[in-house]
Amino acid sequence: MSVVLAWWTVLAVVAGAVFFLAGTVGLLRFPDSLTRLHALTKADNLGLGLVVLGLLPMVDSVSAGLKLICIWLLVLLSGATAGQLIARTVRRDGSPS
Amino acid sequence: MTDVLNILLALLILGLAVWTIVAREAYAAAIGFIAYGLLLTLVWVQLRGIDVALTEAAIGGGLTGVLLIGAAARLRSTESAARAERPGPATRWVAALVSVAVTAALAICVLALPVPAPTLAAEVSANIAVTEVLNPITAVLLAFRAMDTLLEAIVLLFALIGVWSLAPDRAWGGRPGLLQQADPNGMLAYVARVLPPIGIVTGAYIFWVGADNPGGKFQGATILAAMWLLVMMAGLADAPPIRRAWLRWLLVAGPLAFIGIGVVGAMTAGAFLAYPHGFAKPLILVIEFALMPTLTLILGLMLLGAPRRGEAP
Repeated sequence: MSVVLAWWTVLAVVAGAVFFLAGTVGLLRFPDSLTRLHALTKADNLGLGLVVLGLLPMVDSVSAGLKLICIWLLVLLSGATAGQLIARTVRRDGSPS
Repeated sequence: MTDVLNILLALLILGLAVWTIVAREAYAAAIGFIAYGLLLTLVWVQLRGIDVALTEAAIGGGLTGVLLIGAAARLRSTESAARAERPGPATRWVAALVSVAVTAALAICVLALPVPAPTLAAEVSANIAVTEVLNPITAVLLAFRAMDTLLEAIVLLFALIGVWSLAPDRAWGGRPGLLQQADPNGMLAYVARVLPPIGIVTGAYIFWVGADNPGGKFQGATILAAMWLLVMMAGLADAPPIRRAWLRWLLVAGPLAFIGIGVVGAMTAGAFLAYPHGFAKPLILVIEFALMPTLTLILGLMLLGAPRRGEAP
């Protein structure tokens, strides 16, 4: 059982890291602010979500697991808000390219 | 493996520090500084200094970062003029020499430290039980070195007075910062309604666990101040006019309570800021409770800046 859980952790965290890598590559390579935002929010939402899901079987207590989930939800909220605010500024003032 | 990661982290921080210095735009440098503060937080976690890590993330990265962004935004109009000014070779040589001299002096100081370093850690851990506080950082800050913490709070108050003194005469006593007009149904207003309950609980929690675990009033107050600023940025509440008596009283309440307890200590326990035997923990709690609103207000008002408009909202 613990082997299965360990493999789950490795798989999910690696998949999360792939999203972070892809998000970073997108941030550096995409042509304008809106597409760069798109790349970045994937890293926040899915990347961190997968890392948290992967780490869940490894925590010592229920409260530690809940804290991890809370962190993910808070990052989701702040990431979505910051994304919206930046996108609105870009639409209003034009992209600084 | 951990060593490799630590070395990579150190290299990353050095690289980011250099980038922050050579960045041409003040705004980009401020962003670099925030990232630098967050990476420094990771270093403190690696060094097991969780208290310092929390403070670095909250104050070093967050609060100072926002202050620098505000400063960069105000300097934007002067930036091209400042960039056009090319310092002459003599200025550059003097600047380079002074920088090298400062670095060399710091390096000599660090290398000349005695081994083992002089420490009071053994005496602190031998006497920490008297304070009934389990977190050694809190015990040091509020029992053994309470004077430093008192002066810190007073320095923050002076810093706020310094910020206020930049106000134009006609705005003196008025509301600090600009009037925020955000969409009442927009995203920011939504977050400013959802996040503060979570933030207030987190801030109070970090404040309360400070007695026994990493945390404390500074970190908790920063979170509370951030929630207050969020509500004001979203236009849901306005900044209070700085002439209000309740505001002034809250700003001095923390240091006053601290000094009062110190004077009582001088009369009952023989020294300024000494706690009578058996009363250490309750008195530390009173000081922390008194300082918390003061620090929250000071940190929030400092970020809002000098008063810029009258009392009318």
